Amino acid sequence: MTMTEIISHPLTKLVLGLVLILVFVGVNGLILVWMERKVVGFIQRRPGPYEVGPHGILQSLVDGVKLIAKQLVTPRGADRFLFWLAPMLSVTPVVICFLPIPFSPGLTAMDVNLGLLLILAFSGINVLALCAAGWGSNNKYALIGAARAVSQSVAYEIPLLLSVLCIAFQTGSLSLSAVAEGQSRGLLSWNLWVQPLAFVIFFISATAETNRAPFDLPEAESELTAGFHTEYSGMGFGLFFLAEYTYMIVVCSVATALFLGAHDGPFLPGPWWFVLKVYALILALMWFRWTFPRVRFDQLLNLCWKWLIPLGLANLLATALVLKLGE
Amino acid sequence: MGFNWLSEPRGDYYTRHFVPTPEAEGDRLILNLGPQHPSTHGVLRVVVEMDGEYIMKAEPVLGYIHRMQEKMGEVKTWRQYLPNMGRVDYLHALAWNWAYVGAVEKLAGIEVPPRAEYIRVITCELNRISSHLLWWGAYLLDLGAFTPILYAFADRERIMDILQMVTGSRLTYCYYRFGGVSADLGEGFIQATRDFLKQFKTRIPMFHDLVTGNMILRGRCEQIGVLPLEMARRYGATGPVLRGSGLAYDTRRAEPYSVYPSLDFQVPVGVNGDAMDRYDVRLAEMTQSIAIIEQALEAMPDGPHINPDVHERLKPPAGEVYYAVEGGRGKIGVHLISDGGPRPYRVKLRSPSFCNLQLFAELAQGTLLADAVSILGSLDLVIPEIDR
Repeated sequence: MTMTEIISHPLTKLVLGLVLILVFVGVNGLILVWMERKVVGFIQRRPGPYEVGPHGILQSLVDGVKLIAKQLVTPRGADRFLFWLAPMLSVTPVVICFLPIPFSPGLTAMDVNLGLLLILAFSGINVLALCAAGWGSNNKYALIGAARAVSQSVAYEIPLLLSVLCIAFQTGSLSLSAVAEGQSRGLLSWNLWVQPLAFVIFFISATAETNRAPFDLPEAESELTAGFHTEYSGMGFGLFFLAEYTYMIVVCSVATALFLGAHDGPFLPGPWWFVLKVYALILALMWFRWTFPRVRFDQLLNLCWKWLIPLGLANLLATALVLKLGE
Repeated sequence: MGFNWLSEPRGDYYTRHFVPTPEAEGDRLILNLGPQHPSTHGVLRVVVEMDGEYIMKAEPVLGYIHRMQEKMGEVKTWRQYLPNMGRVDYLHALAWNWAYVGAVEKLAGIEVPPRAEYIRVITCELNRISSHLLWWGAYLLDLGAFTPILYAFADRERIMDILQMVTGSRLTYCYYRFGGVSADLGEGFIQATRDFLKQFKTRIPMFHDLVTGNMILRGRCEQIGVLPLEMARRYGATGPVLRGSGLAYDTRRAEPYSVYPSLDFQVPVGVNGDAMDRYDVRLAEMTQSIAIIEQALEAMPDGPHINPDVHERLKPPAGEVYYAVEGGRGKIGVHLISDGGPRPYRVKLRSPSFCNLQLFAELAQGTLLADAVSILGSLDLVIPEIDR
């Protein structure tokens, strides 16, 4: 095997892609934590982190070092295996979710035909991690938090799928690259204008899926102290934290690829546009978090079952009908 | 499911109330909210028995910061006991100052100069605003909205700065004296207060804009913890909790003291008695307090700020006295018995939080955990006041 063969081999590309994704995830996690703290500082009329580095830019790096340096404590009576499996289980699938995301034509770690399915399937594993964390911790708060996480994620996966399916119907493909390609003809070709309802449903469901406020019930502080990660400290907590922020990037990337024209935009190269749009959506998520009170659990599920699912279904049927008539 | 606590004389807490019956065993979850828990704002412990997310029983467990305030009153002289008052309810310390000072003045027949009365009204109402502001922020924190507390603290900070000018402290004030107050209000204080009020008047509409109309907040407060008037009476609830249920009972009006009868202010009341009404009542009270302070600043006469005739080692005549003032959380009562000596014979403090907390067990029964947190927050409890 020659050098060129090795380089052009799909496996090499996959490994290279994964390494790059890990770097991307790590750096983005650091930036997002800093950004969130700056954004919340802005919303709350205070400067936010300011001490470490210019404008506190190194704060999250230092926090990361602190988390890594901490002792790993397993609470008494905990299920050791599940307890330590959970944080890893929450990060790994989220990283895999990055594989089919089309940052720009050709800049995709693994361009598979079933990219959307891959993302939805792997992001579902996250629930399992929360469940394992809650059960393995041998803590009542964690257990209630895990129970909440499961019912929330199961409920909100349905409207998420319904809204994604609309786009899949329209494009006739489950490949994110194909969806992105279909929107690369300027602002008016974005799916947002064709499927505004699907975008709204997707974004609300995504907020709930990522357990972000106002839907952060699994870790509702005033009720459950810290919910499913009550017993975690050090890097166990750090991994959950990283997973949450990474998951935010994943759902915002999917939203960008599906609705906001992916890498489409003038002047700047494609990847920049993609990242810009992702960050704009993440900014909206942060804005939600720091300005809304938390909903109650039955209200959360009512919103899903009584509003989002019927609306999503109607939207799907309407899309199918229009597509059939237009043939 | 009824509560029958008094007829169960012995046994520890769990076996008294949470006897696992066969069908409930393994199903019910006993959860401790506190003594260290984000929702209890202090060392209150609430033991809840839950079926899923529903609360079957909730019982507050008190005494984690009991400091024997009442017993301390018996071993200190009348004057030495004054600083204790700021530590009973640290958020509305001046109301407690006033209740004790007022009781001793009534017992010993001490005249208070008119200027001192107005100074007391101004400082006490400022303190009430700061107390309600903290409640507002903390309650929304309970409901998961983190940001409002920092807005509330920006204003509370200014009040603390203003009160610091005359009292010298920022939290546990000890400013009132028998027959007046310890220091006169200077021009700086009056100007700062006027400036603050002018600015704060624009802040309350902003609070409403930012928070009150929010759909999620209304969903978390409306029809939650509905307190019927009959039940409020049964438990002896006072303050915004009682007024939220529709009864305009305010000690400043019902048992007038000081110069309140000459001041024009309304007593806001609610309609349904739910958490939203208690919320509205407290926000409306801040507006009323602004009006009171403005009138008092206008009407404040010149003159001495303290009665100079009060003896340093005061010995009130033998007798009994009860004096009540309206605190931020309700009716604050001080009952003193004097045997004519240098120390009180007996001190009894009636704290509104203690009575209001008792409501919680009945209100929270059968609600969701999240609602119980909302109810607990809407009662506006200060734990040191409960335990005294």
